[in-house]
Amino acid sequence: MTHLHLAVALDGTGWHPASWREPGARPGDVFTAGYWTDLVREAERAALDLVTLEDGLGPQSSVPLAFDHRTDQVRGRLDAVLIAARVAPTTTRIGIVPTTSTTHTEPFHVGIGIASLDFVSRGRAGWRPQISPRAAEAAHFGRRVLPELAPADFGTPEAEAFVAGLLTEAGDHVEVVRRLWDSWEDDAEIRDAATGRFLDRDKLHYIDFEGEFFSVRGPSITPRPPQGQPLVTALAHSAPIYRFAARGADVVFVTPHGRDEAASITAEVRAAEAETGRTGAPLTVLGDLVVFLDDEPGAAAARLARLDRVDPLASDAEIFAGTPAELADLLLDWSAAGLAGFRLRPGVLPHDLTAIADGLVPELRRRGAFRDAYAEDTLRARFGLPRPANRYAAAP
Amino acid sequence: MPRQIHLAAHFPGVNNTTVWSDPRSGSQIDFASFVHLARTAERAKFDFFFLAEGLRLRELKGRIHDLDVAGRPESLTVLSALAAVTTHLGLAATVNSTFNEPYEVARRLASLDHLSGGRAAWNVVTSYDAFTGENFRRGGFLDEADRYTRAAEFLRTARELWDSWTDRDLLADPAAGQFVREGAGEFAHHGRHFDIHGRFATPRGPQGHPVIIQAGDSDEGREFAARDADVIFSRHSTLEDGRAFYKDVKSRLAKYGRGPDELKILPAVTYVLGDTDEDAAERAAEIRRAQVSPQTAIAFLEAVWGRDLSGYDPDGPLPDVEPDLGEGVSKGRAQFRGDRAATVRQWRALAEERGLSIRELAIETTARQTFVGTARTVADRIDEFVQTDAADGFIFVPHLTPGGLDDLAEHVVPLLQEKGVFRADYTGPTLRDHLGLGPARTAEETS
Repeated sequence: MTHLHLAVALDGTGWHPASWREPGARPGDVFTAGYWTDLVREAERAALDLVTLEDGLGPQSSVPLAFDHRTDQVRGRLDAVLIAARVAPTTTRIGIVPTTSTTHTEPFHVGIGIASLDFVSRGRAGWRPQISPRAAEAAHFGRRVLPELAPADFGTPEAEAFVAGLLTEAGDHVEVVRRLWDSWEDDAEIRDAATGRFLDRDKLHYIDFEGEFFSVRGPSITPRPPQGQPLVTALAHSAPIYRFAARGADVVFVTPHGRDEAASITAEVRAAEAETGRTGAPLTVLGDLVVFLDDEPGAAAARLARLDRVDPLASDAEIFAGTPAELADLLLDWSAAGLAGFRLRPGVLPHDLTAIADGLVPELRRRGAFRDAYAEDTLRARFGLPRPANRYAAAP
Repeated sequence: MPRQIHLAAHFPGVNNTTVWSDPRSGSQIDFASFVHLARTAERAKFDFFFLAEGLRLRELKGRIHDLDVAGRPESLTVLSALAAVTTHLGLAATVNSTFNEPYEVARRLASLDHLSGGRAAWNVVTSYDAFTGENFRRGGFLDEADRYTRAAEFLRTARELWDSWTDRDLLADPAAGQFVREGAGEFAHHGRHFDIHGRFATPRGPQGHPVIIQAGDSDEGREFAARDADVIFSRHSTLEDGRAFYKDVKSRLAKYGRGPDELKILPAVTYVLGDTDEDAAERAAEIRRAQVSPQTAIAFLEAVWGRDLSGYDPDGPLPDVEPDLGEGVSKGRAQFRGDRAATVRQWRALAEERGLSIRELAIETTARQTFVGTARTVADRIDEFVQTDAADGFIFVPHLTPGGLDDLAEHVVPLLQEKGVFRADYTGPTLRDHLGLGPARTAEETS
C-alpha cells in the first residue's frame, strides 16, 4: 500500500472557536515561541509530512470578508514566516509551511523570506500563498481600495471578477517568487582568487517580470535556496483556484465532503492541470478535514457537541469527530478515491494533535499506510519532487 | 563606577571589508555561520547582533558587482531562527522604510519581539533610488527630499500600531469568556505618507516597542535619531571625530525631553589583534591588502572616475584620463557624494608625493582598522573612547565569516570585564535591559 501524506494545519488554539476555553488549551501562550515549538515538535514526533501555519494581515473573524468585534474568540497572530523560522532550528525533519498574502506583501520580500526559511531549516521550507480579499484589511495599507463584499454578493459577476483579479495577481506573485529563487544559479558563487571575483555574474539573472500589477527586475539578494524551489502549496475550493494551483503550486489542499466529492474534486484538479498546460509533476492533492479525536467511541462527538453549544463551529472543510480507527477508515476510503493524503486541522490544540500522533498515526502504521520514520531530508523529496533544474541555467 | 560599555556584532556585510579569499572564510549564507557568530557574541555578553540589508545587488558600469561577498538572507527571518539558539542576545534587523508598509513591519517586529522574549531591534533605513525600486511595486516613487519625512512618519505610525494594544489587552480568560479586551488593536493614522486605519492584530511585544536604531549622519539624520532612536550607528571612528559627533548628537536630546543616556552612540569599527602591537600592525596591513585586490582597486577608482578604467594596470600609476562627472557608474550602495573632481586632484597629488600605484592608493585611502594592537592595547583604547565621550560602545564589523569575532570575545572582552566597564553577565532578559533603556516611549511622547 502506498503511504498517505499527512499534514497538520496549525492555527491559534485549534480550529474550533471555543477551543481556547478547553482544559489543556494554552490560550495565554499563543504569542510565545514555546507554544509553537511544542506543537511542531509534537507533529515531528509523529513523522508528519509538514505543518502549515495560518496567517492574515488583519484579525480573525467569525464573518466572511469583514472584521467582527468579538472578544470571546482567539484574536491576533504572530507573523507565520517568523514562527516558522523560530521553530526550524528546534526541529530536524518536518516541513514548515507558512502562509503569506499575495495581495499586500511585496513578492520580493516573500521570495527572500521563504528562501531564508529554507536556509535556516536546511531544505524544509514550504509556502502557502493566499489572497487577501477583505476591504478592511486593505485599509491597513492604504494603497488600494477593495470592494466591501457581503455574503449576499457571493456568486455575483462583480464578486467573481474581483476574486479573479486577485487570483491573476496571485499567479504573477508566485511566478515572481519562483523566478527569484532561480535568479542565482547554484554555482554562481565562485570565490576565484585569480580573477578577484566572488561571483560569476553570468550565473546571476535579471528576472524582468512585467505584469499587469507590477514589475520586478531582480536578481534576488538571496542565493538559490537549498531545495532550489521550496514546496509551494495552495488551499483551493473552486475551479479558478484549482487553475491557480495548477499554474504555480506543487501541492493543493482541497475540501471534499465525502468520498464521491474526493473523486470529483481530484478530477477537477486534473482538468485544471490540462487546461493550464501544466508540465512536470502533477499536483499532489490532499484533502482537508477538521478533526476531533478520542479513543472512546462517541466521546469525540460528545466533545464537539459540547464545544458547539458554547460557540458553534462553521467550516469550509468536512468535520470529523470519532476514534482514531474510524478516522483511519475514512482516510483510506477517501484516498482510494484519488487523494494522496490529508491536511488535518486539529479542532483543539494540543488535544487533537496529540491524538493524531498517539492514535491515528500508529493505527495507519498498523495498516501499512504511513511511514514509520522519516526517510527524506528535504520537503520536496518527501513529495517525490527532485531538486529542480534552474530555469535560467544553460542546457548542459 | 566607570561608564559601562555597550558592544554589538555586525554580521560581515556585502562590501570589501570581508576577506573572502582567506582560507578561513566560511559561507556568508549557511545558517551555521549565523549561529557561530551569534553564539560568539552571546558568550561574550554582547548587547546585540546586527544584520544589514540591501534590497538590490550592487552594480558597477551597468553590470552586477562581482568582486565582493554578495548574497544574504532576509534579516527578520534569520534573526527569528537565531532566537532559537540564543537566550539573551539582542537581535537587530535593518528594514527599509521606503519599500515596506508600517502595518507589516510593525507586526513582524512585534512578532520577533514575542518570539525572542523581548530582544528585537529595528535599524530604520531609508532609500529613495529608482534602482532599488525596480524590485518593488511602486518603483522609485520617493523624492530624495522626502526620505526622512517618510521614515519619520513610518516610525511614528509603527509606534502607534504597537501602542494600539496595552499590556493588559490580552486576557485569555476562559472563566470570563474573554480572549481580548474590547477595542484592542484599533488604530487610525491620517498623515501625508500613510492614511490607514483598522485593527492591528499582534499584541504588544515584551519590550513594548523594539529598540530603534538609526544610522544617518546628515543633520536631518542626527535630528531624527535625537528625537526618535535608542541607538545611533555612526561611522565616526577616530577619537576626535567621535567626540565631536557625540557632543553634537547628545546636545540635541534635551529639546526632546530626553536625557543623555537615552540614546546610545555606537560607531561601527574594525579591529586587528596581535601578540605585540607591531605584529598586529603587520597583520592589519596584510588584511588591508587582501581587502583591496587588484580588481577591487580598479573598481574603487572607477566609482570616483565615473568611467571604465579596466585597461589600467593596478600596479601602475593613476589614470591620466579625466573623470566623467556625469551620472556615475556605481549603483546600489552609498553613492560617492563628495566632489569627485576634487577627490581625483587630491589622490593624484597623494600618489605623486608618495609614489603610489593605483592599488597602493586604494589601500592607503581605504579606512584603516579602528583598533589595532594587543588585546590589552585594544581594550584600553575601547575604554578610552567610552570614558572620554567619543562613544557609548561599538558595533564590531569582523573581516572574516564566521570566526571574525572569536579572538575579540576570548581576549579583549575579559579585559574589559576586569576593568569593570563591561558586564560579566546579562542582568535582564530584554535588549532594553542590556542597553539600560527605560520602558518604551509612546508614539505621543516621541512626536
